[in-house]
Amino acid sequence: MSQNEKQGFNRRGLLKGTAAIAVATAIGTLAPFNLAQAADKIKVGLMLPYTGTFTALGNAITNGFKLAVEERGGKLGGREIEYFVVDDESNPAKAPENANKLVQRDKVDVIIGTVHSGVAMGMAKVIRESGTLWINPNAGADQVTGPLCAPNIFRTSFSNWQTTHALGKVLKAKGHKNAVFITWKYAAGEQMMEGFKEGFEKEGGKLIKELYVPFPQVEFQALLTEIASIKPDAVVAFFAGGGAAKFLKDYQAAGLKGKIPLYGSGFLTDGVLDAVGDAGEGVETTLHYADGLNTKKDNAFRLAYAKTYKLQPDVYAVQGYDAGQLLAAGLEAVKGDVSKKAEMIKAMETAKIDSPRGSFTLSKAHNPVQDMYLRKVVGKESKVQGVAWKALADPARGCKM
Amino acid sequence: MDFAFLLIQLLNGLQYGLLLFLVASGLTLIFGIMGIINLAHGSFYMVGAYLAWSLASLTGNLLTAILVGIPLTVVLGMALEWLVIRRFYERDHLYQVLLTYGLILVFEELRSMIWGDDVHGVPVPELLSYSIPLTDTLSYPVYRLFISGVCLLLAFGLYLLIQRTRLGMMIRAGSSNRDMVQSLGINIKLIYTLIFAMGVALAGFAGMINAPLSSVFPNMGGQVLIVCFVVVVIGGIGSVKGAMAASLLIGLADTFGQVFLPQVAGMIVYVLMAVVLVWRPAGLFGKA
Repeated sequence: MSQNEKQGFNRRGLLKGTAAIAVATAIGTLAPFNLAQAADKIKVGLMLPYTGTFTALGNAITNGFKLAVEERGGKLGGREIEYFVVDDESNPAKAPENANKLVQRDKVDVIIGTVHSGVAMGMAKVIRESGTLWINPNAGADQVTGPLCAPNIFRTSFSNWQTTHALGKVLKAKGHKNAVFITWKYAAGEQMMEGFKEGFEKEGGKLIKELYVPFPQVEFQALLTEIASIKPDAVVAFFAGGGAAKFLKDYQAAGLKGKIPLYGSGFLTDGVLDAVGDAGEGVETTLHYADGLNTKKDNAFRLAYAKTYKLQPDVYAVQGYDAGQLLAAGLEAVKGDVSKKAEMIKAMETAKIDSPRGSFTLSKAHNPVQDMYLRKVVGKESKVQGVAWKALADPARGCKM
Repeated sequence: MDFAFLLIQLLNGLQYGLLLFLVASGLTLIFGIMGIINLAHGSFYMVGAYLAWSLASLTGNLLTAILVGIPLTVVLGMALEWLVIRRFYERDHLYQVLLTYGLILVFEELRSMIWGDDVHGVPVPELLSYSIPLTDTLSYPVYRLFISGVCLLLAFGLYLLIQRTRLGMMIRAGSSNRDMVQSLGINIKLIYTLIFAMGVALAGFAGMINAPLSSVFPNMGGQVLIVCFVVVVIGGIGSVKGAMAASLLIGLADTFGQVFLPQVAGMIVYVLMAVVLVWRPAGLFGKA
């Protein structure tokens, strides 16, 4: 990875020098530029967190993406790939500036990023103006494929709404008539709450209380006490990372586990099961990926990933891998000629991505239409129990495209 | 909500407040007595938690981990004071902010290199790993009560040390006039090294003892840092008594805020701080 980047930087340094001479001799700029491009590499900008809380996610996405490229012989649409890397630090305040580095300075053909929804919102602004192709391999903010949707904006992960919507059906099937939702008070948490509420009420269920913890606080005791006094049929939760680990442990320590069943968006149990002992056991969640899918594609992907990186892949690696696959679909349709943008976008829109999660297509707003799995924590895995919702599409409210 | 649940919420609030005191006490010492704005306090907390995790998985026992971990954090504190912090006593606060912010980045990167970026859990010691049932659906983890007890002991110990011992007298004198204390023949440099090391050790200890409850994860220090500063500011800079009062106040405000005013729960602590500062600009127990 670093070798490729260094080459990129050296080459650019060289270009700068020669560019000065080129300008001085006043050669017409357009024709040579096009000629150069045909032989040139595709410029892929990776705008992901490589420091901070989401470092592991940024790395998994990068690994997944590069694996998809490697599987195609290191070339997409017949052209080699050159990476330009920006660490977005999951800092929304720096998002426009960082996106501009890739768009203006490096003039990349496509941007892959990012994890944090706030950063994605900042990127959206820049990218909608520049028209640069953008594949979002994680950030779930509903708006990205909602009011902010655009022909050049794609997502290979999920919308927040999607991750909890199917839970309504699941709870109904288990005979739960009412539920309490608990999450952090911030955009992603509120969107997941809305997604669940809509799905649950459609099934005739009642969301009796929405409980919010200030983000990113992890002191849950007051609200757990409240849950114990409400005694709902079920609790639905969204937390992630350290917060999720602490919530699962606190839920058990407060004596609620085993008395009031716990459900959640899949992020509640992803990447934290090693940290929580048996506190996660039996928790059921919905997500577009699961352990033990045992399909040919997933097994092959897991093996290749483990061999290449000496790591087990997770949902983020899958999303990065599919970002690579989606880009490949576009570039192959135009034989690597990125100037045929409309044609390329058309090919990406209609692509059927053969993902480790199971194949999916894209909605009109460019968000995956995908199966939502019901998973249950067994030991250290979120084992698949079945499909909670076949081909769930985000409603893409506010998208005019 | 009936009376019993209000009582349980009261317990929650007090218990959370004591936990805050545990984390903030180190900052009170460093910020209050030495006058160093120490943004890296959260990093020391994180280092403590990661030490607890790695030592506990090595020795299989949290108590041993803490007993080994505390001397390590003391050494870390002394080394830091000796290498960098002491060059900044005379400087403007802005330099201290820059320095300690830089330390945050250094510690995060070191943590990533040494321990990685994953979330880890530390098991609660066997002896304390049970809950007391309070109602038919709710029980209270004994480990939380244990931590509250430790906090009370620690607060009492700090109070004795600072108010009742000769060292405490020198510390107090040093905080009001460093030069005068030095000219009276007291080795103020050594005292400052000791206070800083104590502050680091307190933060580290808080991270260690709290690790089974909070889990161990990257950037965990950032979350406690802000609320620690709020505690110190509300309590009055340099006052251990004030830090205790402020911690309990914030614990209760936060708990009951989440219960009764959930829509603005994130704000309540800061509103409380603003109100206290308008009423008493130097904090509850600060000297104006």
